[in-house]
Amino acid sequence: MGHSHSPSHSNAGSADHAQEVARHVKVYITVFIALLVGTVVTVALNYLHFESMTVTVAIALFVATVKAFLVAGYFMHLISEKKAIYAILVSTIFFFAAMMYLTVWSRGQLPWGTRYLSSPTPGAPAGQIGH
Amino acid sequence: MEIPYTVEARNDTGLYNAKVGIWLFLASEVMLFGALFSSYILLRVGADPGTWPHGLLNIPIGTFNTAVLITSSVTVVLSWAALQMRNFAKYRKFQAITIACALGFLGIKTFEYREKFGHYEVWLKNPITVKHGDKEVQTDRLLGHIEFQGTHPSFWSTATLAAKQVESFKFEPDPFHYTMTAREMAHAKKAAAGKPHEVIEIKSADVKRLSAFVPAHSTYFGIYFTLTALHALHVLGGALVIAYLWGPGAKMWKTEPERYINRVEVSGLFWHFVDLVWIFLFPVLYLL
Repeated sequence: MGHSHSPSHSNAGSADHAQEVARHVKVYITVFIALLVGTVVTVALNYLHFESMTVTVAIALFVATVKAFLVAGYFMHLISEKKAIYAILVSTIFFFAAMMYLTVWSRGQLPWGTRYLSSPTPGAPAGQIGH
Repeated sequence: MEIPYTVEARNDTGLYNAKVGIWLFLASEVMLFGALFSSYILLRVGADPGTWPHGLLNIPIGTFNTAVLITSSVTVVLSWAALQMRNFAKYRKFQAITIACALGFLGIKTFEYREKFGHYEVWLKNPITVKHGDKEVQTDRLLGHIEFQGTHPSFWSTATLAAKQVESFKFEPDPFHYTMTAREMAHAKKAAAGKPHEVIEIKSADVKRLSAFVPAHSTYFGIYFTLTALHALHVLGGALVIAYLWGPGAKMWKTEPERYINRVEVSGLFWHFVDLVWIFLFPVLYLL
């Protein structure tokens, strides 16, 4: 705009364009604050030490997912993208879900030796601390 | 020959090519990190109850680093908005903050890694009595720091004791162990806060196993270092690209501004992805 070294462009200087960018900037700042709040909430809830591990995991992953949607949706502009990118994403989600499903599926058939630390060294008895 | 569709949109995709390219690349990145995440889940749910290490990472520092990365993500997108407004000076200011945040993140991560390399678990042949918070417990597994000839060494292992012919060493045991629940651990830490550290003498002959918090310590630290180091490499790579565009690559602003804006946008998309990965890594590794 006022910069002598800035090249001119059809969009530049158009009041509509400037207004739109200004509106986006407001959204970015709002998302930024929401992300910081999300982080604080996750950490604060963690200090409550819920009895149930399921509740702890569910809360942590829920907040993380909301944050991920904010970043992908607004910073990466996914809420208004072209079809080609949605097509790429849909196939990614399909393969990602399939991979996660394989993990769940293999749960019932753990191979030998993957159980963590039933003894610290091979053949040695497990730790003495009770729980 | 000129590269086609660096600025103008293709008719079929409605996009300039680099944007399709970066999204395809990010799709492959989702699978890369996804594979490691699913490994983490499998290892974790496959671990015997009470054996998975937890509560050993520095949560305040991890939280701060999360805020640093989120800040860098918003400055990336603000810098791009500034470019769209043809405000090059403002773009540079915002991206300078981004680069500073990236370096800050890596610096803090390095500090965290160093803390882990000098923190130990020792498995003893016979149980001894130590304090866990306000309770005395019998245990053969201690967490803590080694003091040897006035220094706090890093990277020691069972083999180091033999190699250095260490007969005995001083050990400052932590007032907790990860076999406790999160609640018990927090309670023990609180009860021990402000009290002087115990120091005990451990004979090497009594040590069954010694390990710093390195990948070899456990599956947990194995997957922790794999995931966070891979993520840190992405931070480094992204910072290098952003720094290149900020410095020598900025020449393009004068000759092909639209193409330059697209480059900044594509580097930004990568940067947001790196932020996104951390959004999941932080709670999973630090808090659960």
